[in-house]
Amino acid sequence: MALKTEHFVLNLGPLHPSTHGVFRLRATLDGEVIVDIEPVLGYLHRGIEKLAEGCTYKQNIPFTDRLDYLASMSNNLPYVMAVEKLAEITVPERAEYLRVIMVELQRIVSHLIAVGTFVQDLGAMGTPLLYMFREREKILDLFEMVCGQRLTYNYMRFGGVSHDIPDEFLPALAKFVDRMPGFIDEYDQLLAENEILLARTKGVGILPKDLAINISASGPVLRASGVKWDIRKADPYSVYDRFEFDIPTGSISDAYDRYRVRIEEMRQCVRILRQAMEQLPKGKVLTEVPLKLRPPAGEVYAHIEAPKGELGFYLVSDNSDKPYRFHIRAPALINLTALRQMLIGWKLADAIIVFGSIDICLGEVDR
Amino acid sequence: MAILSASPNSFSQLAVLSSDWPGGFWLHWVFFTVIILAFVLNTALIFIWLERRALGRLQVRLGPNRVGPFGLLQPIADVLKLLTKEDMIPAKGDKLVFWLAPLVAFVPVLMIFAVIPFQSGALLADLNIGILYVVAISSVAAVGVFMAGWASNNKYSLIGAMRDVAMLISYEIPIVLSIVGVVLITGSLSLTEIVGAQQNIPFILLQPLGFLIFFLGSLAESNRTPFDLVEADSELVAGYHIEYSGMKFATLFLAEYAEVIAMSALMTTLFLGGWQGPLLPPIIWFLTKVFAVFLLIVWIRSTIPRLRIDQVMAFAWKFLLPLALINLLITSLQIVFWPEASPWLIVFLNLVAMAVLVLSWSRFFRLGGERIEV
Repeated sequence: MALKTEHFVLNLGPLHPSTHGVFRLRATLDGEVIVDIEPVLGYLHRGIEKLAEGCTYKQNIPFTDRLDYLASMSNNLPYVMAVEKLAEITVPERAEYLRVIMVELQRIVSHLIAVGTFVQDLGAMGTPLLYMFREREKILDLFEMVCGQRLTYNYMRFGGVSHDIPDEFLPALAKFVDRMPGFIDEYDQLLAENEILLARTKGVGILPKDLAINISASGPVLRASGVKWDIRKADPYSVYDRFEFDIPTGSISDAYDRYRVRIEEMRQCVRILRQAMEQLPKGKVLTEVPLKLRPPAGEVYAHIEAPKGELGFYLVSDNSDKPYRFHIRAPALINLTALRQMLIGWKLADAIIVFGSIDICLGEVDR
Repeated sequence: MAILSASPNSFSQLAVLSSDWPGGFWLHWVFFTVIILAFVLNTALIFIWLERRALGRLQVRLGPNRVGPFGLLQPIADVLKLLTKEDMIPAKGDKLVFWLAPLVAFVPVLMIFAVIPFQSGALLADLNIGILYVVAISSVAAVGVFMAGWASNNKYSLIGAMRDVAMLISYEIPIVLSIVGVVLITGSLSLTEIVGAQQNIPFILLQPLGFLIFFLGSLAESNRTPFDLVEADSELVAGYHIEYSGMKFATLFLAEYAEVIAMSALMTTLFLGGWQGPLLPPIIWFLTKVFAVFLLIVWIRSTIPRLRIDQVMAFAWKFLLPLALINLLITSLQIVFWPEASPWLIVFLNLVAMAVLVLSWSRFFRLGGERIEV
């Protein structure tokens, strides 16, 4: 005689410790097993794309900071690149190198938080997260040196960056770059071969290669599925073609692979930072650009490999001082689309870690 | 085994001590009730402080250090805050059960301490079925947890409560089986006699596998990492006590810490030789061992992630239960066929057996649950 059971609808979020912001998962559970799951978005919608149509090009740079607020530098870059392409502004070489340095530091910050919160979601009581915040603080100190801010930097400008770096920046960066590989080894000691972490993440939340390509996933989520696609190599922007680095990829595309890819990418970031520091030229950091920039009519798309994936800005200009259309291709939103396929049939606890392994930032998902 | 012959003499001395001190049946009763209450409440406060400080140090931060010297008064400040908080009851909850649950969770845990000897003769009641009583009474606390989860009328707390009951049923069995090994060697269920039997050699050495199983099992019973799925703050927000506030929450929290104290004290009594030790006074030895066990638990909590519910169940039924049975078999064989063997030889044999068993079992045993077709 089978017991009559009922399904059980559980609202995970919008206020829940593991939704990394205000995100809601409506899960239908059969006991602990997920029968159906539906992501509900839009709790942090601020209408940035529409707001941006009412502001001048320069006024829009701070808006981009507020997209993925854990990686502001990486948000500035594709926007200024798009406007530079549209208005045909050249960027001094020193500024290009500074941009690369900032964006790579930002990638380390973003991955530290991604891995830290992912392990926190697994239930490790804060220790890995706080170890990672220790290094994040050092990078934030570096950012504070160059632009005075610790979260929303607003550092990049059309034609360069807002300030040149102060004298104490390069020695501090060199010190950080020397010590960072040791810290990454420390995280590996704590996590990489932890039996429980392996048992919880291996084979969980698999995103097959073809599905990943079909939903146009990007960033570590796509690379963990075994696709060697990195815009820094596939469509080199800025001065990335001058650096040597590898693209780490995963094999079985589970949550563990996504975590490993992020750790390996941090090592590659350190490699790029070393080369960028060696090659850093002297000179100007900002080209003179009129305050009220009126780019010629036309459209443009510029994209970079942001920490979370391909971040692109599509701009349409009608030769006024404000963009006619301002569209953002946010990687986190697109990476989320396969969540349902990845979760059905797994347990409630898996939903949390798979969600964490995608690494989203609600500021970017909802815009 | 040789230790068996040494034990009976020491017990007769203990029995004399316990009836003489502090004298009079009712006085004894009142005296030890007060002692136990004071011990549990104060140790819980110290444990909370110690856990937060130790976690802070392990996590490269300072931990609470503002209230009092080294933040020692922080738990007291927390208790005062909780006392003055608004006491809320969910509108659609079951009010009577909601009100009763913290008590049902706390009182049985407190009752465990009635039979735990703080030092020779210093215990409320030297029951001759002591350990059986502990096993029976400690399971009642889970009823309180389930009542809390059910009465809150909250889905998270219901899931948490369900997990707690499932874990209790699974982990009670290996725990009891690992205790049976100790009881077999001692030949008694009384906790005083179990401590007395460890005069020469603590049972952690004679029963290493038993200790391991008991330790892991009691982590699960008291909902500590890696078995803290009942609270699972990243999944269930707070689990069964999500709707509780004020003093009711404080009581549930206290029940949880009291359970950890009880488990540490039980481990001390059953496996670490209880109050016995050289030089220092017995009560200091007892407290030292309890705190050492607790710090080990905190260390584990700060280091490793949480298991999933099916993995926790698999761990109990596929790993702990068979090993507990094998441990029981080995112990009985040693007692029946080899009663005169030197205890140190037995220690060596059991350590080897534990290493071989744990390593080989983990080979053909997989934790990972598979995806379920729905």
